[in-house]
Amino acid sequence: MFSLAKLVKPALGLLAGFTMMAAATTLAAADETRVVFVTHGQSGDPYWSVVKNGMDDAAKTLGVKAEYLAPETFDMAKMAQMIDAIAASKPDGMVVSIPDAAALSAPVKNAIASGIPVIIIDSGGSKLTHDLGGLLFMGQDEFQAGVTAGERIKALGLTKAVCANHEVGNSSLDDRCAGFAKGLGVDVPVMNGVIDPTEMKNRVIAYMTAHADTQFILAVGASGAEPTLAALDELGLSGKVKTGTFDLSPTILQAVVAGKMEWGIDAQQYAMGYIPVAMFDLWKKYKIMPIADYPTGPGFVTKDTAASVIELSKLGKR
Amino acid sequence: MVSEIRDERVRSVSRLSRLLSRPELGAAAGTVLVFVFFAITAGGTGLFSAKGIINFLEVSAQLGILAAPVALLMIAGEFDLSVGSMIGFAGILIAIPAVFWGWPIWLSLLFTFAVCGGIGALNGLAVVRTGLPSFIVTLGSLFMLRGLTLGLTRGISGRTQVSGVHELAQNDPLNSLFSGQVFSGLIAWLSNIGLIGKRADGLPSISGIPVSIVWWIVLTLACTWLLTRSRFGNWIFAAGGEANAARNLGVPVARTKITLFVMTAMAAALFAAIQVLVTGSADTLRGTQKEFEAIIAVVIGGTLLTGGYGSAVGAMFGALIFGVVQMGIFYTGIDTDWFKLFMGAMMVIAVLFNSYVRNRAMRSR
Repeated sequence: MFSLAKLVKPALGLLAGFTMMAAATTLAAADETRVVFVTHGQSGDPYWSVVKNGMDDAAKTLGVKAEYLAPETFDMAKMAQMIDAIAASKPDGMVVSIPDAAALSAPVKNAIASGIPVIIIDSGGSKLTHDLGGLLFMGQDEFQAGVTAGERIKALGLTKAVCANHEVGNSSLDDRCAGFAKGLGVDVPVMNGVIDPTEMKNRVIAYMTAHADTQFILAVGASGAEPTLAALDELGLSGKVKTGTFDLSPTILQAVVAGKMEWGIDAQQYAMGYIPVAMFDLWKKYKIMPIADYPTGPGFVTKDTAASVIELSKLGKR
Repeated sequence: MVSEIRDERVRSVSRLSRLLSRPELGAAAGTVLVFVFFAITAGGTGLFSAKGIINFLEVSAQLGILAAPVALLMIAGEFDLSVGSMIGFAGILIAIPAVFWGWPIWLSLLFTFAVCGGIGALNGLAVVRTGLPSFIVTLGSLFMLRGLTLGLTRGISGRTQVSGVHELAQNDPLNSLFSGQVFSGLIAWLSNIGLIGKRADGLPSISGIPVSIVWWIVLTLACTWLLTRSRFGNWIFAAGGEANAARNLGVPVARTKITLFVMTAMAAALFAAIQVLVTGSADTLRGTQKEFEAIIAVVIGGTLLTGGYGSAVGAMFGALIFGVVQMGIFYTGIDTDWFKLFMGAMMVIAVLFNSYVRNRAMRSR
């Protein structure tokens, strides 16, 4: 016979355990630097996964306490609440991303006003960071990175391109596509894709069937790039129709080495995780902080350099 | 004059009206409607070329593999919302032992099917023991499995995607069961006699039929046989129709439902095995929303949300409609920003048409 009591007891035990863990976290030794990341990127996202690895490695190496928080979905209201809550816990430093200035400016400003030093990473940009009173901005300007990519394709003499977006509605991916069109100097259609690799691959095949004159496919992340490569393989167009992507993965790097892909654009987001932890440690101990922003991308990984970073990509550092 | 004495309990029904009352009739009609729509709007664009057909069949097949056992479970009156997360979880279970611990692919596949089957049994046990709606129980497992997948993958690999399965699977005895193509010879011959087009480099536009399509058909036939020709099938209808009455008649309702939960979990593992071996990588996000797509396919296929009525062949048509609409809209040249609006609308129209045809058929009996 099923008994509710049997279930409730371990559940309560578990809950008590979590509460104690949380309490221990906030009451950590006062001399240990505590840095908290509040970003919009779930650690399940391959891109943000590398940011978190950078943070974890820095924390371990430097003996700093670092935590990573992000809302389960792209929910700015929730993220604002998280920033408020973390600010109230008085960390030694807070690292935030600002993908939506309207929703997040107020809580970030409040945190800074209450005396918490803030570094802004990935989204938000330099101007907003300094308007809000943040210490510095680290990251890749997605639009500018897109522009650079577009200019490189223009230099190859290609004009007919498509931006394959595997996650429509994500504004930083939209920025990548928009920047690319600006850099190329012509209209670039956006192909709506999906996360599911089979459907993504087959949509690229469908698009290429209907638009056979396409010369270049820009993927805006690894989840779009790998199916794109598979689609070109299946169509027998591998290497003929050129392609390039934002972000890296071992498969992407192997394709770059093999000449099936022009380049992968590296935002070097490992640095966005690692360096703020180190900076806040120095800030707490010696009040040392760099005086200028720190752009981490776009770093183009091409045929000459790809082989050397494959192993690092497998480890989640690139 | 002696006339044959007729048993008054047996009503004679003509073959035609028996056919018309089949649950998959509406779905078949919906499929025809969708095909007609795309023949008009995208007829000359390559959607119905060999490449285009394989293109949408592959999408349909993967969903259909999931939908067939989900149909049986829904006929038995239960939902399984965990199948989508199970796909992500199973993919990781295949990739991590293979890539990080050096297991042969066949062993990590067997391991994955065993673990997923076990979790399916736990889902089923939790539903029949607690009496909670399966909607709630498997909603819980949906989140737990996603969390487990992410935690395990990041903990072991430091990434959320595990690639490198291709190289390891190349000489594995089970590899060709899940990836690769069949009937390549036939396709090459059809291409030689000009029935199938060629690519720019002179090779046939398709090199074979993806093995997932064979899985889809075999699984649908197996589920149909189980449902309509076996004692277990009667138990499924009885459990979904009126569980208490069925129990009083001696139908092992709990065992039936648990078995079906094991089947849906194993189907998710099969889906994952196919995707991992075809793409060569696993990703913690795989299978996102597949639980809903499977339910949509089953419902388009004429299975009632309340249980007790439905078919596996209907689910096959449902998956086919889903695949054709998914890929077909792409060929029509409709601005892709409007994509989901059209897809949703097409789905609703197909279901409405489906239930209209079914109601007409039922009334005419």
